[in-house]
Amino acid sequence: MRFIKTALLASALALSASAASAQGIDDPTRAPYYDSFKGKVVAYVPVAMGFDLTEGWAAGLKEALEPLGIKIDIRDPNWSTDVGAQAITSLITEKPDVLVVHNPDVSSYARLLKKAEKAGIYVVQVNMRSSYSTDAFIGADYVTMGGQIAQRLIDKCSPKNGGSGKIAVIQGVLTAAASAYQMQGISDVLKEHPEMNLVSNQAADWDATKAKNIAATVLQQHPDLCGIAGFWDVMDIGTAAAIKESGQDVYLISQGGGNQSACDGLNNGTYSEVVVYNVPGQARDMANIIKQLLQHKQTPGSTKTTLFTPLEFLTKANMKPGSCWSLPKKG
Amino acid sequence: MKFFGRVSQEQIVFGLAALLCIGFAITLQGFLTPNNILNLIRSVSILGILGVAMGLVVIGRGIDLSLVSVMAISIAWTLQLATDGMSLPLALALGLTFALIVGMTNGFLIAYIEIPPIFATLAMGTLIYGFGRYFFFGLDVMYMPDDAHILTWFGQGVLFGVPVPIFLFAGVCFGAFLFLRYTKYGRYLRAVGDNQLAARITGVPTRPIVVLQYMLSSLIGFIAGIVTAASVSSMNTRVANSTFIYDVILVVVLGGIGLSGGRGGIRNVIVGTLLIGVLLNGMTIMDIQYTVQNVIKGVILLTAIVIDTILNPRDEQTAQQGDI
Repeated sequence: MRFIKTALLASALALSASAASAQGIDDPTRAPYYDSFKGKVVAYVPVAMGFDLTEGWAAGLKEALEPLGIKIDIRDPNWSTDVGAQAITSLITEKPDVLVVHNPDVSSYARLLKKAEKAGIYVVQVNMRSSYSTDAFIGADYVTMGGQIAQRLIDKCSPKNGGSGKIAVIQGVLTAAASAYQMQGISDVLKEHPEMNLVSNQAADWDATKAKNIAATVLQQHPDLCGIAGFWDVMDIGTAAAIKESGQDVYLISQGGGNQSACDGLNNGTYSEVVVYNVPGQARDMANIIKQLLQHKQTPGSTKTTLFTPLEFLTKANMKPGSCWSLPKKG
Repeated sequence: MKFFGRVSQEQIVFGLAALLCIGFAITLQGFLTPNNILNLIRSVSILGILGVAMGLVVIGRGIDLSLVSVMAISIAWTLQLATDGMSLPLALALGLTFALIVGMTNGFLIAYIEIPPIFATLAMGTLIYGFGRYFFFGLDVMYMPDDAHILTWFGQGVLFGVPVPIFLFAGVCFGAFLFLRYTKYGRYLRAVGDNQLAARITGVPTRPIVVLQYMLSSLIGFIAGIVTAASVSSMNTRVANSTFIYDVILVVVLGGIGLSGGRGGIRNVIVGTLLIGVLLNGMTIMDIQYTVQNVIKGVILLTAIVIDTILNPRDEQTAQQGDI
């Protein structure tokens, strides 16, 4: 009897197993995965739409999240901190599930971001952080980046290596995280190199025309200037124009999201070197952290994650065809 | 204050600029070199060209707040068209047409519908910025396409050792000077600015003159746009939203063109532009921090205005309706 029972059981098991393998087994994590995203809203407040970084992040977020049924709600403050603050304030009452913020400076939004977390919204900051840390920050480690850039200029320009030791810095907006933290990194490294001489350190407000005027004055004041560190490739097209007009041989190290225009600029000699934080990569990081937050369902503000974007130092020599990316063409 | 006689604001500002120049020349090594002076003028030539456009409008007792938007959007559209494969001359022609249409609309709204210029052009500036961003191009910054590099000569070229933008600035100044001084319409413009009703009674076609004045401003704005785009190989449409337009008005008013119209000339624009240029250049050489630069700039500008108010007090005769 016992033998028959066992045999029956075994055959039943075998049957069910074979039935299962014919129809496939459902992945038990699928349903909760998709359920956790259905009908969620991600609000995105960059400093402005309409340039490579913010458009790239928006495109990346849409590509990753929209197929899951997440709605992306873009509020464009168009370079106005006031409008951005208003957008965040009204979003706090509208209560999206996630708020993605790109800070124009380190202080303006700090209190609002705290309020948003209190209201139960996950807050993800991208690339330029606020002094207030939220659920997640995705972006370049600007302090390290500044240090590395300073080191590159030392390699190129130090009197030990045959340079004049004279360098200049052209910042963006002084209070922006990208400027303030980076300058910290640059100063830290330069402190240990008294042979280097920072002859000019000016802010050009992310504007190419201002950058050009500043660079032109500095260049003609210091005919033996060896290197310039600019804080954004879109702005440094002006710095590069000033260098070209002066006819001097200056090493221009710029930085940006790695849009195709950066590679074009390296190719035609506009920039000597561009430090790239890969924008599609940052968008993917953001999308992933948003997915994680929505699945964990923890209280907003209970954990703080920082994901520093890997940096790539591109030059004409090490640049490859796929080093830069392009935005999808608009209609 | 009799001691000074009647010193005009233009002379005061020129004096301030000269004083600063002497101060910088003594204290700053490398300020008074030919290269630096050329560089100084080059750096403010775009501001100066826009100042001439604004000056013409202000002399005609108007104001054009859409000037910077016209410059940015018409040129950005030109670059976009050229990037999309249109031939450069055609793209430039279309951009210019766009600028002129905007100027004409401004003039029409102000002259015929009689909307105050400050409101008409303020609204127009916002309108065309949004219109351009929505219909013409998606990105903030338009780059100069590779095959348009002939154009960069206007911004980066050098002629007889002098940067081309300086020649363009001088050319625009000279053209505007000739227009104001020697043409019938130039004199009409001044007459309309001084007293529109009187001008009309004497037979000046006041409304068409107002339209002309805004079209001229758009035209010069377009030229300034070419120089801007050419000098940095790109056009940043964000300037339309910046405070740049106030710098332009400042240059005009600082130079001594009264906002009440009818007064001043191109020389005033040049003087105002030079003061700003000397200030910016000197402060950049001294490597003064940006925020401190703003403080210094503001103080010096206020000083100029205060001196003017003391030396040339306003009275019933000099004050006019429409003074701001």
